Amino acid sequence: MKYMLLMQASERIEHPPIHEWDPADVKAHLRFMQDFSAKLVADGEFVDAQGLAGPEEAKVVRSTASGAPAVTDGPFPESKEFLAGFWVIDVDSLDRAIEVAAAASAAPGPGGAPVHIPIEVRQIMSAPNTEE
Amino acid sequence: MSVPEDLLRTLAPQVLGALLRRYDDFAAAEDAVQDALLAAAEQWPRAGLPDYPRGWLIQVASRRMLDHLRSEQARRRREDAHGAEPPPPAVPDQDDTLDLLFLCCHPALKPPAAIALTLRAVGGLTTAEIANAFLLPEKTMAQRISRAKLRIKESGVPFGRPDTDRLAAVLHVLYLTFNEGYTSSVGPDLQRRDLASEAVRLTRVVNALLPDDGEVAGLLALMLLTDARRDARTAPDGSLVPLTEQDRTRWDHDEIAEGVALITATLPRGPVGPYQVQAAINAVHDEARTAEDTDWPQLLALYGVLRGMSDNPMVALNHAVAFAMVHGPAAALDLLTTLAADRRIAGHHRMHAVRAHLLDMAGDDAAAAEQYRLAARRTTSRPEQHYLTIRAAQAAAAVSTE
Repeated sequence: MKYMLLMQASERIEHPPIHEWDPADVKAHLRFMQDFSAKLVADGEFVDAQGLAGPEEAKVVRSTASGAPAVTDGPFPESKEFLAGFWVIDVDSLDRAIEVAAAASAAPGPGGAPVHIPIEVRQIMSAPNTEE
Repeated sequence: MSVPEDLLRTLAPQVLGALLRRYDDFAAAEDAVQDALLAAAEQWPRAGLPDYPRGWLIQVASRRMLDHLRSEQARRRREDAHGAEPPPPAVPDQDDTLDLLFLCCHPALKPPAAIALTLRAVGGLTTAEIANAFLLPEKTMAQRISRAKLRIKESGVPFGRPDTDRLAAVLHVLYLTFNEGYTSSVGPDLQRRDLASEAVRLTRVVNALLPDDGEVAGLLALMLLTDARRDARTAPDGSLVPLTEQDRTRWDHDEIAEGVALITATLPRGPVGPYQVQAAINAVHDEARTAEDTDWPQLLALYGVLRGMSDNPMVALNHAVAFAMVHGPAAALDLLTTLAADRRIAGHHRMHAVRAHLLDMAGDDAAAAEQYRLAARRTTSRPEQHYLTIRAAQAAAAVSTE
């Protein structure tokens, strides 16, 4: 079963944004993320992983009745949460997907303490089961 | 000259078996055989088919194996003693395909690992082909296969005569492989159809090696009778077409004839197992000229037999559908109420879909629409979700025109 693990960054999170961390903590965090993906490859579970540019760069596009699309800045102006990145994994069970998400959520933050960032686990739709 | 692909795939497990009889190193022998297959695919089209393709492959694979052992020995020699070099194996007469299947469908492996290893070691597919079939990066699939080989090595089970108790595990892996290919014959997953063909081919091999086993024949018949409907089960736009609405002229009638003959010859021999009963169920569907001609009393009896064999709530749901076709939807809805107490299936999308179908039959459009919506929300299959959403909209539209 394939799952997408969505890393939800939030402005309400307790610690400061990453660019204000101690450089050594930033390096430790980035190293953790690299090792994390490498381990998923070694375990035969890796499908894809991507980080997304910040919400400051995001555009929301809507088609309109007049023909010209409406383009606005940011994901949703009132939202304090945004998608920071995602993994796609192929695992045996939901339990395993949750285990992987929990490990990602424990990535080190300032002072090496886990960031406890929330990770949303969503199953990716697949082929239908046999009808019989 | 082109090399018949089936020839290489048929020979792959035989060559690997020959190497394993001589060298007790599954992982290295498997790599050596892959190298030999690649060499054959490259050289045979230019130089022509060798007189003894199997001997050719065994020789090339043995040479690779010796190169590997030499470098291993050189490494060890640097560390300690010296070792004698083993001679290449003689070409054996026996077919080790079955023994290999038992090894690859090892109980220590989870199904995805067993499937991948079986496709490579027994099916002769490359890692890239298997990765492509499962829509995974090649590196991930390579790791999955090498971890599977490692697990088998750690389990310490020697290569040798099959243990009949484990035949069920082999059949299960072949069945899952078939389903992977069959169920995803939609849109961008079209190439995965090869998995179904490969599963049928391997099951044919097992059936030829164990002609007296009823469940092997039953599984082969089940695959053929299911595969026969493959082209009719999706519309040109990729959407699902339910069995009752399929264009039966698009079914593969040669496959149906073969599957029906096989299951007809097998059933009377006994003992009868679940694969044989499922094959019989599919034979009843496939032999009906129109959906209205379907012999539902016969299907109801067969689902009753299948229910007696396994405590599977999905079987109970299908039994309820057959029950509705014979005794009407109201009585079948009562059955579902009992089934809903089963935690394994309460809230499952199939439960909602079947209830929706029965309510639809009973003419309760509003309740059917609600159940179709619940089913659509809970399925993890996109084509199924599209189908259920359309049914929900149709039922809702029927309510508003009442």
